[in-house]
Amino acid sequence: MRFDLPNGSSVQALKDVSLELKQGELMSVLGPSGCGKTTLLNILAGFLAPTEGQTRMNGHVVNGPAAERGMVFQQGALFEWMSVRDNVSFGPRMAGQKSAQYKQTVDHLLDVVGLQDFKEKAIYELSGGMQQRVALARCLANDPDVILMDEPLGALDALTREKMQGLVLKLWKETGKTIILITHSVEEALLLGERLIVMAPRPGRIHKEYSLPFADLGVGADLREVKKHPEFNERREEILSMIWDMEEEIMGRQEAS
Amino acid sequence: MKLFTDLAGELGNILATLAAAVPFILGYVLLILLLLIIWTAVKRGLTTRRDFGSLKTVTFGDESAVNSNFAASVISVVLIFVLWGAFTGSKMLPGFLHAPGAYTGEGSFTYTATAPDGSADDATVSVIVHAVGQEVDAPGSAPGDGFAKNDGMVVAAYRSELMSWDENDEITRDDGAVITAVDGQPIAEGDPVSVGFGEVSLTRRGTLNVTPATGWQMEPIWLPPPEDVWSRLMEISTDGFRNSTLAEHLGYSLFRVIVGFVIGAMVGIPLGYAMGLSDWFRGWFDPIVEFMRPVPPLALIPLVIIWAGIGEEGKIILLFLAALWIMAIGARSGVSGVRISKVHAAYSLGASKWQIMRHVIIPNSLPEIFTAARVAMGVCWGTVVAAELVAADKGAGMMIMTASKFQNTDIVIMGIILIGVIGFGIDMLMRQAEKWLVPWKGKG
Repeated sequence: MRFDLPNGSSVQALKDVSLELKQGELMSVLGPSGCGKTTLLNILAGFLAPTEGQTRMNGHVVNGPAAERGMVFQQGALFEWMSVRDNVSFGPRMAGQKSAQYKQTVDHLLDVVGLQDFKEKAIYELSGGMQQRVALARCLANDPDVILMDEPLGALDALTREKMQGLVLKLWKETGKTIILITHSVEEALLLGERLIVMAPRPGRIHKEYSLPFADLGVGADLREVKKHPEFNERREEILSMIWDMEEEIMGRQEAS
Repeated sequence: MKLFTDLAGELGNILATLAAAVPFILGYVLLILLLLIIWTAVKRGLTTRRDFGSLKTVTFGDESAVNSNFAASVISVVLIFVLWGAFTGSKMLPGFLHAPGAYTGEGSFTYTATAPDGSADDATVSVIVHAVGQEVDAPGSAPGDGFAKNDGMVVAAYRSELMSWDENDEITRDDGAVITAVDGQPIAEGDPVSVGFGEVSLTRRGTLNVTPATGWQMEPIWLPPPEDVWSRLMEISTDGFRNSTLAEHLGYSLFRVIVGFVIGAMVGIPLGYAMGLSDWFRGWFDPIVEFMRPVPPLALIPLVIIWAGIGEEGKIILLFLAALWIMAIGARSGVSGVRISKVHAAYSLGASKWQIMRHVIIPNSLPEIFTAARVAMGVCWGTVVAAELVAADKGAGMMIMTASKFQNTDIVIMGIILIGVIGFGIDMLMRQAEKWLVPWKGKG
């Protein structure tokens, strides 16, 4: 993936990124800022066309956004002019379904994410955590094959965030969806990744890949207990120092130039 | 260079006028502060409320602690009417609140005429000062002794009158008599003498010019008292003005505004959407919109009259143009203001382009469009009044323009108040509609 800049030079945002995901896998992507995480997700979603290579899904090439790949954004992607229920039923409604067809699914999803009492509320009446639950439910209501999450919990406070992490794990197990999650938080990446990819910047590439047990351990369990796992701390320190080194390197390079 | 000296001279005049106004402005500010102190004292005695706002210790600099004080608004408006009444001698106010009025009634002064031979004689002039419009006979008086005989004259308040004092005297100006003193004080040209009811000055030709004191009140032709404006409103709303009822005048103005605005919005909103959604359309219309936007609609009035005449078409074209650019820019920025994540989310939920337009872009741009509509309605209302000032046979602007030609100041003020009230009403309605239709505004 290469972008041409207005001044004639170009930026290699991503290089030689090759990934294969199995059905029902939960993968988290971690890396310092500017390593191309969001670019990667935008390519997977179909919002960007790669300069080289391609994305394939279920045997066909991805060349634009489609309902098979749902997105959950950090914030502000809900439609304020619709009620909670209308937001969640947006996908089915756009597909031309009748209210009778989707009503049960929507009600069920709102129950699952714990918004049974807020179905008819306006979006701006909800807290940030509730809004992200609406975003999750909206994505699930459309029944995508893959869910792409771009720092979905980034704007939440620490306590809400922890609750939401549990919810994401629960939904992942219950629905069996394939999920790709981008995050800045090492803990979140460890907790919400069966598979964890650490990316390195300039050019954006896969630096290291882990296969982790914590997501399975965390389903339905207390996430704080999972964090006490000895391997959890070890991995966290390892990844933190890895990213720390990368950041140092970026800073050094900027000062040198 | 002449331009600069001219402008410097004008600036000097303006600053001199401003300097003359400074004491009044200071007085008004002091009055505001005085009432603030009184209000604070009264409030301290009355309330024991401990809501969140009243417990704040830092209010100076805390914008959220500053709310419009309702009492101040009420007092401010009442004070405007009190001042208006006080300086026009309104009957709605008790007399002690009136500013000193123009002198009316009887008065007199004496003049001392000196004959060429050096002999002098005094005579008294009886003066009746009457309100403008009244017919009063000159007071008669006994001629008195000496060569100078007593006179009588009438003057209207706020006017002045020449006194040919020698008409009945035995030695006249033609004989060489001159006035040397008034009320015992020596008088000369350009050096007036103040008498009990006003001022007397000597003209170059030797006559006396009598000017009664005008006091601090305004003459009705400058500013009529509030009740005159009210009774004129009642009169016009029943009898009409210039062959049209009041409702017709205001109705025509509103009709022009609404039709012009609606057509402007019907063209401007799609234009703005096109500019927000397509780089070709934006490139095409950017130069036109950016050029036409800063041109005040009033500057187009002459051209519109030349092209479309003074009928309804011309005015509606003008208002259409006034609303068009504002609405186009509002719709364009509404489209540009859509968060890309909303559009991305909608696409990844399987929406088509048309569905994105219908369910995401249009609702998302509504708050901006409403803001633009409020601005456009305000501009249209201002423009229609101005256009009617230039040429119209019905309308609020025409009403005040025609009235001003006949010096019907009460109608002018009534028209200004009605125009203000309607403009305010339009804005309130738009705000209410905004609250109803885009409750999510500013809460994204």
